[in-house]
Formats: sequence, C-alpha cells, structure tokens
Amino acid sequence: MSTAIVTRSTLLKDLRMEWRSKDAINSMLFFSLLVVVIFSFAFNPTAEESRLIAGGLIWVAFLFAAVVALNQTWARELRNQVLDAYRVSPAPANALFLAKALGNFLFVVVLEVLMAPLFVVFYQLRSVGPVWQLVVIALLGTWALVVNGTFFAALSIRTRSREIMLPLILFPISIPALLAMVDATTSILTGDSSPDFWMKMLLVYDVVFTAVCLMLFESVLNAE
Amino acid sequence: MVKFFGRFAALRGVSAEFAPSKLYVITGDNGAGKSTLLRVISGLAQPSQGSIRLLGAKTAHEVAHRIGYMGHAPLLYDELDGMENLRYFAGLYGLHDDSISRDAMRRVGLEPELERRVGQYSQGMRQRLSLARAVLHNPELILLDEPFSNVDMHSAHDMATILGTVRDQAKTIFVVTHQSALMEEVADEFVHMSAGKIESREPVRARPVAATATGGDE
Repeated sequence: MSTAIVTRSTLLKDLRMEWRSKDAINSMLFFSLLVVVIFSFAFNPTAEESRLIAGGLIWVAFLFAAVVALNQTWARELRNQVLDAYRVSPAPANALFLAKALGNFLFVVVLEVLMAPLFVVFYQLRSVGPVWQLVVIALLGTWALVVNGTFFAALSIRTRSREIMLPLILFPISIPALLAMVDATTSILTGDSSPDFWMKMLLVYDVVFTAVCLMLFESVLNAE
Repeated sequence: MVKFFGRFAALRGVSAEFAPSKLYVITGDNGAGKSTLLRVISGLAQPSQGSIRLLGAKTAHEVAHRIGYMGHAPLLYDELDGMENLRYFAGLYGLHDDSISRDAMRRVGLEPELERRVGQYSQGMRQRLSLARAVLHNPELILLDEPFSNVDMHSAHDMATILGTVRDQAKTIFVVTHQSALMEEVADEFVHMSAGKIESREPVRARPVAATATGGDE
C-alpha cells in the first residue's frame, strides 16, 4: 500500500469536505480578523511601533487560529466513528497523519495569504529586509505549528475536554518554534539583525518534530 | 481471551474456534460482550489477556486486507455522497477502479448515480452503504455489528439474503444482532453470549465446507 497514494486521496477527501462545509477556514478567518482589528484599535500603534510588535502579533493570531482548524481535523473522523474504518484497513497510519498535517498546512497558508494584506494595512507594515525571507519563515513556521498540532490533536481526541487539552499540550511545546518565528519576522521587518539563525532553528525544529510525530503516530492512532 | 475496559471485564474468558465459510450469528443481551468480541477480532481492540489467531495470522493487522468490518456507527463521511465514500475507502485497500464501488453500491440496492450526501440518507440507506463499504474489497472474513438496526423488515430480509449469498462464496461472516429471526434461513450457527462469555453454540444446519476455503484458517 503506497503511503503517497493514500496521503493524496485522504488529503483530497479532506479538502473536498472542507470546501463543502468551510468549517475550519471560516472559523480561522473570523478569529484572525478579530485579532487584527481589536489589537489595531486597542493600541493604535505608529509604523515604528508596529514593526516591533507585528512579529509577535501575527504569529500569536495564526497560532490561535490554527488551533481552531486542528480541532476540526479529527472531529470529522470521530463523527460516525469513521476513524475505525481507517484503522481496520491496511492503509499506513503515517499516510493519514501526513494528509491531515498537509491539509492543515494548506488551510493555515490560505489564512495567512488572506490576512497578510490586512496586517499590512492596519499596522502600516513595510519590510526593511528581503520579503522572500518572510515567505520562507511563514512556510517553516506554519509547518512547525501544524505538524505538532495535528499530532497532539490526534492524541487528545479521546479525551473529554479535547478543545482545552490541545492548546494546553501544544502551546508549551511550540514555544521554541514561536520564538524563532517571532524573532525572525521582527528581524526582517525592522532590519536590525539577520534572521538566518532563527530560520535554521525553525528548519531543525520542523525536521525533528516531523520525524518524531511520524514515528509515534501509529501508536497514537491505535491507542484504545 | 479476556478484555477489560478499566476495571470492567467486557469479555470474561472467551475460548472458541470458528471454521471458515460459515455464517455465525452472535446473540445476547446488551452488555453481553458481542460488539467487544467483534472489535477484538477486527483488531480495533486488543485482548487484555489471551490471544487470537485469525486467518492464519497472529494479528488482525497482518490480514487487514482480508477482513471487512461494519461497526455499530455507519463509519461513513456525512459530507460526501455514497460513491465518494466508497471510492475513498476502496483506495485504502489499493482498489482504484470505480466499477468496484459501483458494483458494491448496486449489490446492496443503492444507485451509484445518487448524488445525495450521506448526511441526507435515511438510516436504512446508511446501513446499506455501510455494508457496501465493509464488503467492498471482497474480504474473506466479514464482521457485522448490528447491520439491521433501523432497517425496515423488507430491506433487512434482503440484506440477510445477500449475506447468505456472500457466505456461499466461501466467506466467513459474523453478525451481531438482536434480530436473530432474520438470520434463521441463512445462519450456520447461533452463538449466544452472556456476561462476557459464550454461553452456547447452536449449529442450525449442516453445510459442506466450500471447496475454496483454505485449511488451517481459524
């Protein structure tokens, strides 16, 4: 059974279901929109102040919004106990994990693309450093959030208060990645320092946690 | 075999051997351990003590492609239509030919062209589609948990007849049901469970073992 084929078909199935329900993307969009507008009115920062705080603000908004999508990911599999149909099949467990992580990655990237212009307008952002580095940080940072998020969401699906459990487990373990994302983004927006170290750290974080999640996911999936 | 959920013993020492190419009907009161037994056989649950040998393998995972499982819940995506569901699940078994999913739908009396999403299906239609999903990959061992719940009598009789036909193709079928009368015409053996144990086994008719059944499978 090819992992790539099952990953692709599971991802396409999830995208089709999300396209029809729009549960995750709508919730994420509204949440991020609220964060952008409320913080903008609450602090009314100057362009200079914005550059200093925007890195943190952007990533905190996306982290909280991503949790909404991550909770939806496995909720679909629990309805009608569809996850059992996957568990009794010979399909590899990692294909399911990769499809879910890739699906969440796409949802959050779409959210970032839609929200980026709003952040620029509301916080009068202008990048001093190269913009392409912001794109790389966004991709590495988003993967860091969703790979752990997908794993821990799977881990918490059988708990009673899974909506609360997920952030409780995910946020502490995401601190190194969040720190790297915020500092790298601020470095580029202010031009004060090079983001290279933080980008390398994000890359290492992504590789390590992707490998660990792939190694452990089968046990999580088959846990009773 | 013993199965605990916390301190509760759902199975309290089940020891049995089942011959291939037969249709077993498992009956018993609520909480007798019927569904748990099916989940352990399917590999969805692991026995707390004891072991199970299935189709010559030590774990259900090794022979997952030879097992079909229909749970108490439909195990279907409400947001997808019937064909989309079956196409996806067929892909999990490495089957990518649409005709397999179409045939499976027709076999249970559903139209593959029906574009209605499963969430809008009646309970009976869901059960039929769930059965189609379970037998899609032509498994040798079919495990069905309450396949007739919420199905009208006429459709339930049809489904029972379909199961008899499938068994005659050298398949081994376990059906957990409270409507055992429906299975009287086609069952080979009634297995009655009580308080987590097999209380009695009653063969109902002698059938020659199909020529294609493999020896040694249990």
